[in-house]
Amino acid sequence: MAMNSIWQYANPKRFMTVSGYALPPLAVASAAFLIAGLYWGFFLTPEDFKQGTSVKIMFVHVPSVIMATGTWFMMLIASLIWYVRRHHVSALAAKAAAPIGMTFTLMGLATGAIWGQPTWGTWWEWDPQLTSFLILFLFYLGYMALWEAIEEPDTAADLTAVLCVVGSIFALLSRYAVLFWSQGIHQAASFSLDKEENVDNAYALPLLICFIGFMLLFITLLLLRTRAEIRLRRVAALEARERMSDA
Amino acid sequence: MIAVLLRDLKLAIRAGGGFGLGLAFFLIVVVLVPLAVGPETATLSLIAPGILWIGALLACLLSLDRIFALDFEDGSLDLMATSPLPLEGVVVMKALAHWITTGLPLTLAAPVLAILLNLPTQAFGWLMISLVLGTPALSMIGAFGAALTVGLKRGGLLLSLLVLPLYVPTLIFGTELIRRGAGDMATTTPLILLAVITLGTLAVLPFAAAAALRINLR
Amino acid sequence: MPDLGFYATAVLSAYGISLVSLAAIILASIRRGAMARRRLAEAEAREAAK
Repeated sequence: MAMNSIWQYANPKRFMTVSGYALPPLAVASAAFLIAGLYWGFFLTPEDFKQGTSVKIMFVHVPSVIMATGTWFMMLIASLIWYVRRHHVSALAAKAAAPIGMTFTLMGLATGAIWGQPTWGTWWEWDPQLTSFLILFLFYLGYMALWEAIEEPDTAADLTAVLCVVGSIFALLSRYAVLFWSQGIHQAASFSLDKEENVDNAYALPLLICFIGFMLLFITLLLLRTRAEIRLRRVAALEARERMSDA
Repeated sequence: MIAVLLRDLKLAIRAGGGFGLGLAFFLIVVVLVPLAVGPETATLSLIAPGILWIGALLACLLSLDRIFALDFEDGSLDLMATSPLPLEGVVVMKALAHWITTGLPLTLAAPVLAILLNLPTQAFGWLMISLVLGTPALSMIGAFGAALTVGLKRGGLLLSLLVLPLYVPTLIFGTELIRRGAGDMATTTPLILLAVITLGTLAVLPFAAAAALRINLR
Repeated sequence: MPDLGFYATAVLSAYGISLVSLAAIILASIRRGAMARRRLAEAEAREAAK
């Protein structure tokens, strides 16, 4: 315990100080970028000659989709760091990121379905992109449920880290399996971020601003939630000590 | 290691639930789906591969939580972990025992149930092949899920939530193989991919499952 | 307000859902942060009282 406590205090403590200073400017910056990007996207972009005004959905759809997979990737890295370096902040950051990633996944799914309705003529199409996202959503659910289910915090951190690594492999496999299973209509859309030359300049800049806004918001929320997890962990430690001294 | 396998098989047979329960469940699923979908044979033969695979997934899921739970409770898992046997080997043997008691009977029973669902005759061989190739992966992935949740009191529901998404690749390639077989199309690609998924799973997941068990035994 | 034409419902609901989900996760995070802060303060107060 004595050895452990160095890690339990020193690093989280430094994290708390640094993140405490970083949070307010980050919050302001993410709000500024989000408002500017979404305002530009919604009010000031022209109609697409094919997609009409529905192209404006891109400014909420594309960043949330990228952030949804990006968040899972960040959780994977954080889990690996925890597993190798036993860095408590890292494990808690992975835990803190999951609900944010799940929200982005839901946003991506909802805006995708809404966008699909007028352009493809149906709310839901079992298109590879949408299907993979539905599966990603299930992975987020399972990951969060495992965190909730295990009481002992370090066991929970270890087991969720293992799940995250294995889940990442299977999520990737599912992605290719789904591509094989259904040749989708998604790629038929007139643009995608993979082929940037297809995104008109009139859309590229506001899209970039939106993306930066989403990214900053993610970092802000991640710091906020990780701070909460660190505090809750400290509460759990204090309560455990109280029970010990009561007994 | 063989001893672990034999012991698990004996326990499963003595408990009675092992062979019978999963099979009965499989049968019930296959009977219920036509009742829900309607008796048109054309529709049924179209969805037969999917029903059979979903039935296999769910029947497999039923007995997963028993892979490690009993040994965890009575402490014999601790003994196995401290014994010179590698825990990875124990995991593989336990998954194998699970496969022999669920995956294998399911595969053998599937053609009979496929008749009920009016699966085209040329697909019967592919049905067997896809189940033989795919169900070992189901048992191994299930053993991993069971290793994750072994320390939990009410792990059953969580186990399904964790394991079912991991079944997606196997399910997709397994059913695609039967569908292509039924339609007289080229089956090589899904066949190879299904085999790759199963072999990869058998190669990698014992280590992940053993790691999860060690964490739970701490 | 731009003229959204045929796609008005789709665009508006997409932005609406996005803003609501963002607001939800922001609010939930802030509330969790406040809850953690409060519970830690309580626990430390109990600790100090001893």
